[in-house]
Amino acid sequence: MDQTLLVTASPHIRDTSTTRGLMGNVLIALVPCVVASGLIFGYGALVTVAVTTLACVAFEYLYTLLMKKPNPVGDLSACVTGVILALNVPAGMPLWICVVGAFVAIVVVKQLFGGIGYNFANPALVGRIVLFLSFTARMTAYVYPDMAVDALATATPLKLMADGGAEAAASMSMLDVFLGIHGGMLGETCILAILLGLAYLVFTRTISLTIPASIAVTMFVCSFLASGSWQEALLQVMSGGLLFGAVFMATDYVTSPFTTRGKLFYGIFIGLITFAIRYFGSMSEGMSFAILLGNLMTPWFNAWGRQTALGYKKPKKQKAAKAAKGGEG
Amino acid sequence: MLKFLKRSAQGARVPHEKSTAEMATVPMPIPKNVVIPMSMHIGAPAEPVVKKGDQVYVGTLIGKAGGFVSANIHSSVSGTVVGVAPMRMVHGVVCQAVAIECDGKQTVDPACQPPVVKDRDSLLAAVQACGLVGVGGAGFPTHVKLGADVDTLLINAAECEPYLTTDAREMLECSDTVLAGIRAVMKYCKIPHCIIGIERNKPACIDLMCSLTRELKGVSVKPLPMRYPQGAEKTLVETCTGREVPQVGPSGKPGLPADVGCIVMNVTSVSTLGKYLKTGIPLVSKRITVDGDAIARPQNIEVPVGALYRDVIEACGGIKPDVELGKIIFGGPMMGGAAPSADYPVLKQNNGLLLFSRKAAALPEAAPCIRCGRCIAACPMGLEPVVIVENYNQKDTEALKKLCVDLCVSCGSCTYVCPAKRPVSQSVTLAKGWYLSELRKGGK
Repeated sequence: MDQTLLVTASPHIRDTSTTRGLMGNVLIALVPCVVASGLIFGYGALVTVAVTTLACVAFEYLYTLLMKKPNPVGDLSACVTGVILALNVPAGMPLWICVVGAFVAIVVVKQLFGGIGYNFANPALVGRIVLFLSFTARMTAYVYPDMAVDALATATPLKLMADGGAEAAASMSMLDVFLGIHGGMLGETCILAILLGLAYLVFTRTISLTIPASIAVTMFVCSFLASGSWQEALLQVMSGGLLFGAVFMATDYVTSPFTTRGKLFYGIFIGLITFAIRYFGSMSEGMSFAILLGNLMTPWFNAWGRQTALGYKKPKKQKAAKAAKGGEG
Repeated sequence: MLKFLKRSAQGARVPHEKSTAEMATVPMPIPKNVVIPMSMHIGAPAEPVVKKGDQVYVGTLIGKAGGFVSANIHSSVSGTVVGVAPMRMVHGVVCQAVAIECDGKQTVDPACQPPVVKDRDSLLAAVQACGLVGVGGAGFPTHVKLGADVDTLLINAAECEPYLTTDAREMLECSDTVLAGIRAVMKYCKIPHCIIGIERNKPACIDLMCSLTRELKGVSVKPLPMRYPQGAEKTLVETCTGREVPQVGPSGKPGLPADVGCIVMNVTSVSTLGKYLKTGIPLVSKRITVDGDAIARPQNIEVPVGALYRDVIEACGGIKPDVELGKIIFGGPMMGGAAPSADYPVLKQNNGLLLFSRKAAALPEAAPCIRCGRCIAACPMGLEPVVIVENYNQKDTEALKKLCVDLCVSCGSCTYVCPAKRPVSQSVTLAKGWYLSELRKGGK
């Protein structure tokens, strides 16, 4: 009883959650997408995932080694970035381009701004955008799925819809789109896998449903109003990077708002921007730019979405104005 | 859903660890000596009225309230006063303390007679005389609280802190005095309604209280969700009545439950009042839960106020022989403090003594914040701890004012849920202290 005792401020217990645990949950949730990409696009997809992830971890390790910072590889956040980035390139992408993407994501976007917690935008997302703008031809050369038996899989559903409108939408097989048997980025075609991942993330309370749901609902409602066809609206939600982005990229902790209110605004904002780009812009794909804009707006969403403290009452405006006047006088 | 948009206030899902809930209270053997500090409450310390060599009995007044917001202090044992000297209390404040050598007879002072209570004034006088304070942890003098005109009496039996089971035992063992206390307060303070809030992890207490209050007019039992800190005063008022205690009361001071027509009393406090009205023995002993992985025999034990931790631990079989003691916590693990040694007395408002091994006491290292917002979702007051800490680091009073930092109740939920293991709650408490001191300096 007389040995030296620890004295710390309360609380004296902590829960078992860790950064590594949360990132591990995201990695587990990504497994269905990785498996689906392997099934749909062949072994090459798995090689891309492995190489990109390894490159991300290596860049993170080397940068912190060079800068004499503590080694953060154990928190698994670089792995998550690597897998998400890999699932954001089309099949058959030269591996050196993936490594360039990993460099941009980890070194430029994440570490130069101070490492985990300080990046202003999702690293994998910026990696994808940089690759998209630098290697546009490669990034839009959607290789057909191995399993494709359908001639419709020559282009992404979004491209078809942009060219052919509602008729094209009606001619597509909903089941094929749902299972992801069409051209596109590695991870974003199989809706089933993404929904499995979402269910896991929500079940383990890693993320809340607010952001993915508000993005998807906004997109659905807007495209339904614009096209008048629920089939096209549903296809709009299920195609392109929308669901993958909504579940795995827009929900990145660092670059999304804190509160439920902020998350709701953020989701609606991303949905609206995506809708605007897809319907009025020159690109058939718009999700990544919408999320990037959302990331940049996050400080504002945090300020607008502030929760109301228990017992807080808005000061009456008249009184405040009077007080200000009194202060000046 | 709409409520979530306003504030999520989910609280923390702390473990219950209430392994002592089924253990009946055992009285502690009277120790050789006790040390009774003169400040066991919020407000002015009491003035010692005994001197070295005086003979005292159980219930003898040894400290007289030092003002209105203060409380009388009585001897918890019979014996001889061996010294009145300043001592440093466990939280660092120095105050006078009366040391008493016990004779072991526990003779009750003949002056202890049941008070005659006829109306509100005599009830308040009786409460003041018996030195009753909020024994749930805060130690706020009860007679000050009961002076307000309200329509609802809330009995706080949430006991949301892990490990602690003293309130649960109070309800199971002393249900008659709990009800007597409630009846007295309702009758003399003219309070028409009473809600007993009990967390759902105590089904036996909920059943018992429901069956006992069926005949009582105006009294109801409210099962509460199992979320820490359900027993925090403002959270309890909101859950039980739907009313929000304002940030600033009508007087310009911090809001109190009385501002929305509520008085919150701990179940053990109200039961102590019931006991006092029946027997005339003031608040001199306290049931505490002794638990943790380092203690040989975890149990609920009734100790005289002023008994040293050392003696209490001894009475519970001491520290397990093969375990190295790492931390002594008085109170619960979420809001209780850590003691630097075992030579401190048990106070009126203590309700637990936890002994953690070095392994259980070790805290994980802090990692960079990943801005997941879990602290915000957990905060029962709807604050934004991570944003408060950022603004505190920049010493921005304006921003801290907008963030309502003064509402923080230091419940520790934000630190508990943080996946990066950052000391969020500790930083917010610092921010609150700094903000309030700046406010006093600035005068607005």
